[in-house]
Formats: sequence, structure tokens, C-alpha cells
Amino acid sequence: MPVDQRLAPSRSLVSFPARIAGVLLDIVDAPMRALQRLVGVPRIAWMFVLPNLAILTLFTFVPIVIDFHFAFTGGVQLYPSQRPFVGAENFTTLFECRNFLDPSTCNKDVFWRAIFNTAKFSVLQVGLMVFFALVTALVLNRKLRARGFWRGVFFYPVLLSPVVVALIWKWILQREGVLNALLASAGASPVEWLTDSHWAFFWVVFVSIWAHMGFYTLILLAGLQAIPADLYEAAEMDAASPWRRFSRITLPLLMPSLTVVLVLGLIRAVQVFDEVFVLTGGGPGSATTFIVQFIYMTGFAEAIRQYGLAAAASLILAVSLLALTLLQLRLTRRSAASTARNDA
Amino acid sequence: MRSAKAFLAATRGRGRRDWTDWLAYAHLGVGLVLMFGPVVWLVLSSFKTPAALNEFPPQLLPYGQAQVSVKGFDRPLPLYRAKLPDGSTRTLAEARRIGLVATMVDPQSPQDEFKVNIRDRERVRELHFAGGNYTEIFGKFDFGRYLWNSVFITVVATLITLLFNAMAAFALSKYRFAGRDAVFLLIVSTLMIPPTIILVPNFLVISQLGLLNSLWGVIWPAVATPTGVFLLRQYMLTIPDELIDAARMDHASEWRIFWRIVLPLSAPALAVLAIFSVMWRWNDFLWPLIVLSKSENFTLQLALNAFQGELTTQWNYLLAMTVITLVPVTVVFAFLQKHIATGIAAAGVK
Repeated sequence: MPVDQRLAPSRSLVSFPARIAGVLLDIVDAPMRALQRLVGVPRIAWMFVLPNLAILTLFTFVPIVIDFHFAFTGGVQLYPSQRPFVGAENFTTLFECRNFLDPSTCNKDVFWRAIFNTAKFSVLQVGLMVFFALVTALVLNRKLRARGFWRGVFFYPVLLSPVVVALIWKWILQREGVLNALLASAGASPVEWLTDSHWAFFWVVFVSIWAHMGFYTLILLAGLQAIPADLYEAAEMDAASPWRRFSRITLPLLMPSLTVVLVLGLIRAVQVFDEVFVLTGGGPGSATTFIVQFIYMTGFAEAIRQYGLAAAASLILAVSLLALTLLQLRLTRRSAASTARNDA
Repeated sequence: MRSAKAFLAATRGRGRRDWTDWLAYAHLGVGLVLMFGPVVWLVLSSFKTPAALNEFPPQLLPYGQAQVSVKGFDRPLPLYRAKLPDGSTRTLAEARRIGLVATMVDPQSPQDEFKVNIRDRERVRELHFAGGNYTEIFGKFDFGRYLWNSVFITVVATLITLLFNAMAAFALSKYRFAGRDAVFLLIVSTLMIPPTIILVPNFLVISQLGLLNSLWGVIWPAVATPTGVFLLRQYMLTIPDELIDAARMDHASEWRIFWRIVLPLSAPALAVLAIFSVMWRWNDFLWPLIVLSKSENFTLQLALNAFQGELTTQWNYLLAMTVITLVPVTVVFAFLQKHIATGIAAAGVK
């Protein structure tokens, strides 16, 4: 899909620095011209993709290979040749459990708690978020005055940094915060929102929904707007109730967007870290510790840095993400096919 | 007022209103409070003095003790509403206080003095925005440095991202060379490798390059975004090849074609990528947290995290810092909301 032509007004935004840089980069012209004479025109294209490929090789492709090396070696050294080969020991350490359903019987109990927490979080957060995003998208899709404003209201938190999001809510949820003040004025006693493990988990889910819902609302809204209006007109002719209009027209035609949103949300939820780390630090205890935080703590934050364990946990995370991504590819391909059919 | 009425009366279709309309308005109302309320509360709180922040229950607006300058006194005096022995109530300024008895004066006629028991008076409060929270963080906490680090990373990384991604997109959209499709697939496939799963090895790479605790250690891994290449390539495909052929007729080098023709024509897509890149880099947390461990290299996000973790969190400063951190993003949001929406619709990424 080509990017919308309506974006044109921002040209002045880019062209001013471009003019300055243009003069500077004319200097690159001479060596590039010489090279062009040397290798010929189609092959000069490699020079254009080279910087990007170099960066990706250095910071993505090579690291994947090293990830495996780390996962199968032990010790506390960072430099690969100084790390002794230990086979699958890192994995067996992570998986050493007497009862897999009870994290406290595991050697690495925090890892298993993190897995359980992440699974619970993903299901709750994504399920509730998609529900609220759908309701919001349905509301925004109505004939509204100032729809852009209302869309912005729900989208705004998406842009905030996770740290800012966490601090906004920490300020509200702290012991002498405004939420407890409201409770007190209603005659209830204050609650330690972030140091009670059940409430902490609830707020982690809530804050995460608050911060990300707008993004998914936007995707669903785009999906809703792609539904042909004449279907609704026909339904109105037949005096179909709002609920019938929703269940017989909107929901079936929105299904492709819904599944995409669901999978995208899951991919993100499994990697949850930033806002939770600042809001609760993973606590109380390990009540809100998730997998990425386990990787971070094991590899970078603890006194003894166990890179091997962290890498092994990363690979386990990678497998689950790969599964989700493949699912997404399947679903997007199917939904692209069905939207194409709708367009025709 | 009229438009507000019209808004409330607006209905779908031909004037028929059903129960779903009421639900929709309720949803929007709750959404407005829930989405903007916390941010508004943060901003209001950031203008409160530490004393006002410690109040429980808190006031909505930042109130402070009202003060008045009285002739004959160097400093402004705090205002009180005092009950006098004769039963009348007057607004007086406190000149001095010994124990439980305060000597108070009438601001209009400072020569009249009253002795008032401090239990018989209450503070006069007025709206008072404590800008001090904002000015003091620069002197007290090296805040300027964190701000600079964040700005440096954001600006430099975005410029390099735009350049590198546009170059790659140009090659992938305007040339037929052996391996082109493989390269495109390779770049796009990195979408499937989120940074969270290569934290440990990337740490090794960065430390081998000597970039630990350097802002460049945050910048370099971030500049080759598959999203950017994809977005720009899709856009450049719509630029007619005839333009490029014409330039070749005039013996323009390929680099000049890229720089003088394709890049300016891609400005709309570049703008979208620039907005995204600014948001990504400004909001980055986990990777800077790993690379930058010395406090003089902290970005705003890291500094905020460090401050909030301290045992005695000074909320008045922390709130002001948080507000400053969210200002750029809010400005971007206010002016470019439509572009962001379009970008998300076009690339399906955040």
C-alpha cells in the first residue's frame, strides 16, 4: 500500500535540513561516481544497501548465532572463547522441576513464576484490551462530531514512554495517592495497591491496557471503516436491531482485523517489561516478574551475571515468539486475501 | 455552547436515536476522564510545593499559602483569616510568632497589631503554581545533561535511520540486481527478531566495539529498521522510473539521483518514519538500561527510573521531570496525530 499522498504538507519539515545536508553530501558524489564507473549501474545498488546490511549483520544476525553459543556455554565470562562448553546444562537448570505446575519446586523458581505470570498476563491483558479496543473502535466509528479529537483521546497514551506511563500511575496508586484519597472520601480504608500481590498484578494489567489500547483501537477502526456502508443501509431497511447489525455484519467482516490485533497484542504482551519494571520492579516478591525481566535480571542486574542462563531463556522466549509470528503471517495472508475480496 | 449542544444532540442516521447512542456518549465520557485524567493530574501535581504534595487528601489544583507584602517588612508575610477576641473575623498577615501566640497586622494599616492564638486562625490559600520544581531540577540533578543525552540520541539516530533506510529502500525499489529479493527478504525477516531475545549477544558485540557506556552504543543498533526500509520502499515504488531515466540522460550519477530526486520526492514517507523514529528513540528503555550504566550517560528515561527507585523519592522533582519527558511526545502528538495514524495504517507498526 503506498503511503498516503495527503502527507505532503510535511515536506518543508524535511527539506530544510536536507538542503544543508545536501551540500555536505555532494562530497560523497565524487567517490560514488568513481565506484559507479568501476562496478556498473545495477551493481552499485549494493553500495546503497550496504550500510543497512552491515548494521543488521552486526546487531541482529551475528547476535542470533552468538545467542546459541551463549546458551550452550557456562561460566561468568562474557568473551565467547573463555566460556566452557556445558551442553544443554543451562536448559536443564531452567527446566529442573519436581512438579512443573508448582514453581516453588523448581531449581529456578523465579523463571517458572515468570513463565506462569507471563502466560496469565498475556491472556488477561490481550483479551481485555482487545475487548475494550473493539468497543472503543465501534464508538469511534459512529457519526461523531470531532471524531479526530476523540480518536486522539484514546490514542494519546500510546505515545508516552513506558517509564512515564509507570510514573503517572505510580503517583496515582501510591499510599497517599489520589485513588486512596477518593477511597477515603467514600469512607473506605486505603489499600496498598502496589505492595499487595493481587492488586499489583491487577494494576500491571490495567496500566498496560491503558497504555496500548489506542494502537489496537486504531487498527480495528481502520477495519471497521473498510466495511461497506450499504450493508448497514440494507440492514436499516430491514429494521435490524443494533445488536443484530453488530453480530451479523460487523463482527464477521471485522474478524480478519480482530485476529491480527489479537496476535500482534500477544507478541507484545509476551515481551512485557518496561512499564512493569518501573511500576512494581517485578514485585511484590515475584508477583509481577515476567520473562524479559528474568532475562534482564539474570544477565545484567545480578551480582553474578549468568549470561548462559539468560541466553537460554531468550531462546525459549524466541521459540514462543516465532510460533506467534508464524501464526500472524498465516492470518495476515488470509486477511489480506479476504480484504482484497472485499475491495473487489 | 451551541456547538456543545449540537454535539450532544448529534445522532447517527436520520435523526433517530436509540440506546446505543447513550452508551456511546457514556463510553466517550469515561474514556476522556480515564485517558487524559491521569496525565492532567500529573501535570497539576508537578506545580505543587512539597508541602502541598504531602497533603492528604490532596487538592485538585496546586494551592499554596497566600502571601502579601506589607509596608515596613522586608519579606512577604503569610495571610491568615483570624478570629479576633471581639468575635469579628479579619484577614491579617502574620508579622511574627512566639509559641502559640502570633502577632498579626492588617496589611492595609501595618501599625495596628493584634495578638492572635494560632488556634483561632486559618491559612488563606490561593492558587500557586510552584515553577521551582522545574527550575531546580536543572541545578540539583544534572537534569540538563540527561535531557541533552536524550536529544542527542533521538536526533542523531533518527537522521542516520532516515539516511540508511532510504538508501536501502532506493536500491530495493529502483534497481534490478542479482540478490535483490533475497536482500529484501533478509531485511524484512528481522521484524521477527525482537531486540528482547538478543540482549546478551548484543551486549557482547557492543562491548567488543568499545561502545559500552557510550551514546553511540544506543544509536548504532537502532538505525537499521526493517519497518523503515519497508515503508520507504513501498513509497519509492510509486515514484515513476522515467524521472530517474531522464536524470541518467543528463549524466547524473546514481548517488545524485538518489540525493536530488528520490529523497526529496519521498519526503512524506520520510516524515512518517522520522516521527516514528523520534518516538522510538525518545521512549527507549531496556537497551539504554543495559548499555548505559554510568549516570552521566543516562537518558531521561533512565534518569527517571533511577530517581523513582531511590528510597526517599522527592516527588516534586520527579513529577516535574516526568512532565518535561512527556512534553516532546505530546507536541508531536498534537501536531502530527494524523500522520501517525496514517503511518500505523500503512505499516501496521508502532
